[in-house]
Amino acid sequence: MAANFPTQEQVQGGIGATEPGHDHAHHDEHHEQGFLSKYVFSTDHKVIAKQFLISGIFWAIIGGTLSSLFRLQLGWPESTLEWLTPLLGKWIEAGKLNPEFYLALVTMHGTIMVFFVLTAGLSGTFSNFLIPLQIGARDMASGFMNMLSYWFFFVSSVIMFASLFLETGPAAAGWTIYPPLSALPQAIPGSGAGQTLWLVSLALFIVSQLLGGVNYITTVINLRTQGMSMSKLPLTIWAFFLTAVLGLLSFPVLFSAALLLIFDRSFGTSFFLSDIYIAGQALPNTGGSPILFQHLFWFLGHPEVYIVILPAMGMVSEILATNARKPIFGYRAMIGSLLGISLLSFVVWAHHMFVTGMNPFLGSVFMFLTLIIAVPSAVKTFNWLATIWRGNIRFTTAMLFSIGFVSLFIAGGLTGIVLGNAALDIQLHNTYFVVAHFHLVMGSSAFFGLWAGVYHWFPKMFGRMMDEKLGYLHFWLTFIGVYLVFLPMHYVGIAGFPRRYYAWTGFDTFSQFADLNKFISVAAIVAFLGQFIFIFNFFYSIWRGRRATENPWNSNTLEWTTPVIPGHGNWPGDIPAVHRWPYDYSKPGAEQDFIPQNVPYSQTQSSNLPYEKEME
Amino acid sequence: MTTLSIILVLALLLVVFGLLFRLQILTSIFSGSSNREVGVSNRVNAILCLVFLVVGGAWFAWSFVENFDKMNPPIASVHGLATDKMFWGSMSILGVAFVLTQVLLFWYSYKYQHKDNRRAFFFPHNNKIEIIWTLIPAIVMAALVFAGWKEWSRITGPAPKDAVVLEIMGKQFNWLVRYPGRDQKLGMVNYRLIDATNEFGFDLSDQNGIDDFTAGEIHIPKGHPVLLRIRSRDVLHAVYMPHFRVQMYAVPGMPTKFWFTPTKTTDEMRAQTGNPAFNYELACNQICGRGHFAMKMNIIVDEPDDYVAWFAKQESFSSQNPEVLASFKQKSNKLVEKAPVAPGAAAVVTPTAAKASL
Repeated sequence: MAANFPTQEQVQGGIGATEPGHDHAHHDEHHEQGFLSKYVFSTDHKVIAKQFLISGIFWAIIGGTLSSLFRLQLGWPESTLEWLTPLLGKWIEAGKLNPEFYLALVTMHGTIMVFFVLTAGLSGTFSNFLIPLQIGARDMASGFMNMLSYWFFFVSSVIMFASLFLETGPAAAGWTIYPPLSALPQAIPGSGAGQTLWLVSLALFIVSQLLGGVNYITTVINLRTQGMSMSKLPLTIWAFFLTAVLGLLSFPVLFSAALLLIFDRSFGTSFFLSDIYIAGQALPNTGGSPILFQHLFWFLGHPEVYIVILPAMGMVSEILATNARKPIFGYRAMIGSLLGISLLSFVVWAHHMFVTGMNPFLGSVFMFLTLIIAVPSAVKTFNWLATIWRGNIRFTTAMLFSIGFVSLFIAGGLTGIVLGNAALDIQLHNTYFVVAHFHLVMGSSAFFGLWAGVYHWFPKMFGRMMDEKLGYLHFWLTFIGVYLVFLPMHYVGIAGFPRRYYAWTGFDTFSQFADLNKFISVAAIVAFLGQFIFIFNFFYSIWRGRRATENPWNSNTLEWTTPVIPGHGNWPGDIPAVHRWPYDYSKPGAEQDFIPQNVPYSQTQSSNLPYEKEME
Repeated sequence: MTTLSIILVLALLLVVFGLLFRLQILTSIFSGSSNREVGVSNRVNAILCLVFLVVGGAWFAWSFVENFDKMNPPIASVHGLATDKMFWGSMSILGVAFVLTQVLLFWYSYKYQHKDNRRAFFFPHNNKIEIIWTLIPAIVMAALVFAGWKEWSRITGPAPKDAVVLEIMGKQFNWLVRYPGRDQKLGMVNYRLIDATNEFGFDLSDQNGIDDFTAGEIHIPKGHPVLLRIRSRDVLHAVYMPHFRVQMYAVPGMPTKFWFTPTKTTDEMRAQTGNPAFNYELACNQICGRGHFAMKMNIIVDEPDDYVAWFAKQESFSSQNPEVLASFKQKSNKLVEKAPVAPGAAAVVTPTAAKASL
């Protein structure tokens, strides 16, 4: 393959000076690790990444199952669900799903998917896996904190999972847990022990996020290999870096909101409670504001959607460029738009609250800011399109999922412009239009980013390839399934169907789409079942997949210069130095259609651009 | 027995699929296709991209047209007509962007599929193009946001002075409605006074509340601005009237409001939709517990004269519940002197008083 390029050893020979001390320590580390320290309490970023990934897959199955259950209710509101009794027990009452348990299902579906799958499973997996490998570091800045990050997440997961089996049911006030509903067990049983566990679990989750985030930021700033300036970083790293910054600044606000809610629930304070008469009793709380909670919640909640989508954007940029065999178009504009999105994501939160009674002037301000954020998003989309334009595209499964990501991001992003318009949000707020919008733009898109990442980096994770044919089947089934579910959902939303409704049959206004809802349910359940193809492919390929080569995609970034299965410390010898940006694909004059980042300009004289000549 | 056989069949099917899968891998290894960097699959996927674009696009167009009437329930408020126009206007602009970008995405995917003899075009950046496609969305956004802002300011601006006022209160799990009587002033309420009879928490020591009346359904006059005063007495609810394009949260401890002007009476709407049972409905649109999906109240839009007649017939809360009034009277002798409102007196609300509110 790399006939004209120097071998790894030759390249590394030139930069032997990097981190001698570290290397020395590394060479001493070749003793056998025990099972526990290797696979369980590991401080190796690659193992921690796999732990996050497999936990994420577990949670995705739970979250998907919950959604199938409530889609059964929504598609066939009149029919009996008696046959689910073995699974749901007392939550099936006389053949009907308990309405409070229905609310618990939607609540837990949202919580699990947003936090446990798309935050921990996506960013946790790939930030951990790719940051050290792509910037050329032996490991994270603090392997121990990184391990703690996973185990805090694990404990948080155990608590959240346990809450599913409580007698009073899990939290049921919506994933946004707006008080007073979430504060008062009198209002809904799920707000008893279920909500307590939810809050404890989320608090631990936030600790996990902060431990991880501090580590990601420190690692990106301090541990880049020689020559890896910020302007030579792959876009994945830029995305993970900014994601970590967002998380670090916004998660503490959710922590404070959760803490104040715990105080209101357990210690008689009135941060969010006022003037309440419930269950035949006037509560003593006065002076609190439920709207205050919403401000605190969405101050995290909105950056959160970017925490979910930025890593996907970064990975998609990388995968599109690699498989179109073309440089990403507008590298600097891509970084600029990531920065713009990150900055703006902090000042748009109240667009979730246009009709809460918030001062309409504030609504105007947030409408302006919200629509500004559409501009960098549009720029990213155009740049992705320009990247595949005149490329030479290889449809790996990862590439297909990346194309799918762009398609879904457009479809879901555009309707955000409608929802960000306060005057239009009056009608659309909390309808299925919103549900369709965010499931496309942050749910499905982020999932597609996740799958693209798994298919693309699987060879580096496990040293084997996933089966391509099954991958194609998985992609097309999922892609078509997602559109069949969420496009018609817009129609339902435009007609004004409210979300979190157990049934619409009580309203004449919401009577017209019974067939369409059935259709959506069928599509959703089939698409969900299709995911088991992926799960089979994933686990089968870990042990039985075709063996991978070092750089199966002919990619430029540093992780592909490691051995097929990188050991602890990632590179057996010195860490390669970096000489160029990561997107020298199909450079005119070059022998091959890719030039890895660690190849110096002196070895590519035939393809150097005029301004690169002086760097030879 | 049936369950067992179903499980058995499923298990057998899985085994068959497993064997087929293994077979496919082995044949691909023997045929050598697993070693080729870019094989037939690449072409198949490229074609599928195009098929997806065409078939998917056609399905989208068909289903959209098919469902268009159903997703557009009739509108019956002044601002609703304006926002609906803006909605479909925005959707048209976004629709163009949607179609354009999706066509390019899948067309490029097809057109630029791998060819052995071709090399991708090295095109890392072009500032001019970047500036153009930053500016175009920025300008479009500016136009949309300006239109939205103008409408939003008008909708959320102060209600006209002559607006008909009524109060909607959310509770688990139904709505309560209160009208100011002929004095056009809603009396004081206090959540600590709420009980099974006094569901609103009327504080009848306030003179303004003596003639307030409650109603089992909402009546509003056509063509007049209506100001909804909204509150909740337990958890969050949201007043949602889809036909009027009205939505506002009901927040315990923080009264909210929304005003609008209905344009069609219930009867007119029944004629227009051809549905004699048609009713405007008020729904709850903020998760509030077990009965969230069933918090319904009908809204009747009357001709102004009918509204006045209906208003005149209503009996005040205090006259219907003399014992509540009496309990307040005991508390304060002053009240007795000031308010000689005998039971039934509020019922003789003159039509002119109601008209004053129109």
